[in-house]
Amino acid sequence: MPDMEVDKVIAFAAERQISLKKAEGISIPPTLVVDAKDLVVVCESLHRDKAFYFDQLSCVTGLDNGPEAGTMEVIYHLYSIPYNQSLGLKVILPRDAASFDSLCGIWKSANWMEREVFDMYGVLFNHHPDLRRILMPADWEGHPLRKDYLQQETYREIKVSS
Amino acid sequence: MAIHSTVTESKIQYRGDGSSLEQSEPNKFDAGNLRSEEMILNVGPQHPSTHGVLRLEVLSDGEVIKEVVPHIGYLHRCFEKHAENLPYNQIIPFVDRLDYVASMNNEHAYVMGVERMIGISDQIPKRVEYIRVLVAEINRIASHLIAIGTYGMDIGAFTPFFWAVRDREHILRLLEWVCGSRLLYNYIWIGGLYYDLPVGFEDRCKEFIQYFRPKVKELEDLLISNKIFIERTANVGVLPLNLAINGGATGPMLRGSGLRFDLRRVDAYSVYPELEFEIPIGEGMVGTTGDCWDRTWVRVREMEESLKIMEQCLHRLTTDYRRTVEFDPQALLPKKIRPHAQEFYIRAENPKGELGFFFRADGKSDIPFRCKVRSCSLVNLSLLPEISRGVLMADLIAILGSIDIVLGEVDR
Repeated sequence: MPDMEVDKVIAFAAERQISLKKAEGISIPPTLVVDAKDLVVVCESLHRDKAFYFDQLSCVTGLDNGPEAGTMEVIYHLYSIPYNQSLGLKVILPRDAASFDSLCGIWKSANWMEREVFDMYGVLFNHHPDLRRILMPADWEGHPLRKDYLQQETYREIKVSS
Repeated sequence: MAIHSTVTESKIQYRGDGSSLEQSEPNKFDAGNLRSEEMILNVGPQHPSTHGVLRLEVLSDGEVIKEVVPHIGYLHRCFEKHAENLPYNQIIPFVDRLDYVASMNNEHAYVMGVERMIGISDQIPKRVEYIRVLVAEINRIASHLIAIGTYGMDIGAFTPFFWAVRDREHILRLLEWVCGSRLLYNYIWIGGLYYDLPVGFEDRCKEFIQYFRPKVKELEDLLISNKIFIERTANVGVLPLNLAINGGATGPMLRGSGLRFDLRRVDAYSVYPELEFEIPIGEGMVGTTGDCWDRTWVRVREMEESLKIMEQCLHRLTTDYRRTVEFDPQALLPKKIRPHAQEFYIRAENPKGELGFFFRADGKSDIPFRCKVRSCSLVNLSLLPEISRGVLMADLIAILGSIDIVLGEVDR
């Protein structure tokens, strides 16, 4: 697929008083870093605007940089079917208070993918219609993909750790 | 009492008390707050129509469904956690186990991603690429056969399943001949293949194509154009195109709703640009565009397209890129797979939709820092509640079957 012209997106967001910057390092598709509070506004505009028309949300990835770095990331991969272009949007969050607004109001596919990020990383999505655990049991302790995760000894009196 | 004395304290694993009777996956709806005509019906997780361990919590008014809540996670095998502890090449067998009826396609997507990350994707010999596409397309047919066969069984037609499985058996034997196992192949490796094709494989493959082409027609006559089948599936579970796109549906589910969108064409990966094939879409031939019948019909047409692709691959593999003595499919395997620090998202067209892998490499180790799977079955399944409000209970099973999920990929 052709490379997204990220400068166009940055200029587009700047018109709306939102600053986006390119993510550090190489990323394919090109990825922009968004402030957590601006994410919904940015996505709503990118979803509706005729110049971009990102009509599909492909993938939502959670990522934990570990206790030393102290940050977590949530990466949204958007795709525009008419323009055949992909864009990544990255939100960087503090590890201890990871919460921001859900994108379920824009893309229906965000629902389960955000639930999975919540389940695995404990990121809280505000205004999510149904934020329950999805893969792990409801009474499982901890969020397994966090770097400081310690598996519980027993689950319902059954030994689970080796 | 004698038995008790031999069991020591430490050996007792489990001592049931009240808490073990609570559900580990509680219902979303509370039975105490229902209206008088409503009821909660639990479907699964051990239910043949759910194609695996899927539990559906159904809130219904008599036989009319008000809300469906899928509960998943019964087959969660921690793929992403494992992937954080394994080198890139050792993840391939785990990738097989995602969508275990289309392992070759999974491998193809994953391997392509890693090759692009380490920058060797343009050095892969054409013969290797053609073999990859060939086996992936054979596997696509096998996957669609299972989808169509079990779908017939879901809605009461038992015979098509046997016919489909009989033909799938030929495919599995072919693939077993290629790589030694029937379902979980570990055949496509980063930088090449495990083996070259066995001698004589091309001829057998051509025989299979000849054998299978009429069988597709037969399956179509038996099931797809059968009046009972049409009655059960036409106008049922209609997925409008805008909902399909907004909900992230991909694969036959998106094409069934009428959008000509196939990643093999859109992304033009591997050797697909050199191959000719059509992209079938649902047209509402017996009902509304995007109904269960359309999705199944798209799968049948796709099997025919896969046969075309196979023929072209076999032609190239016996002419331009024919078997030579010096050809070594393992020649380009990198000794050490250590991509530069980067984030990479790769996607490919699986039988069930867009399978994506997201990698974060830190540049310092052979192990991905993060490997996330974008599962097509998961996203397609998340549309089930949207399209099954207000339908009858029997139609719910018809809708679920038409989505064609594999729980191994939903739960990972």
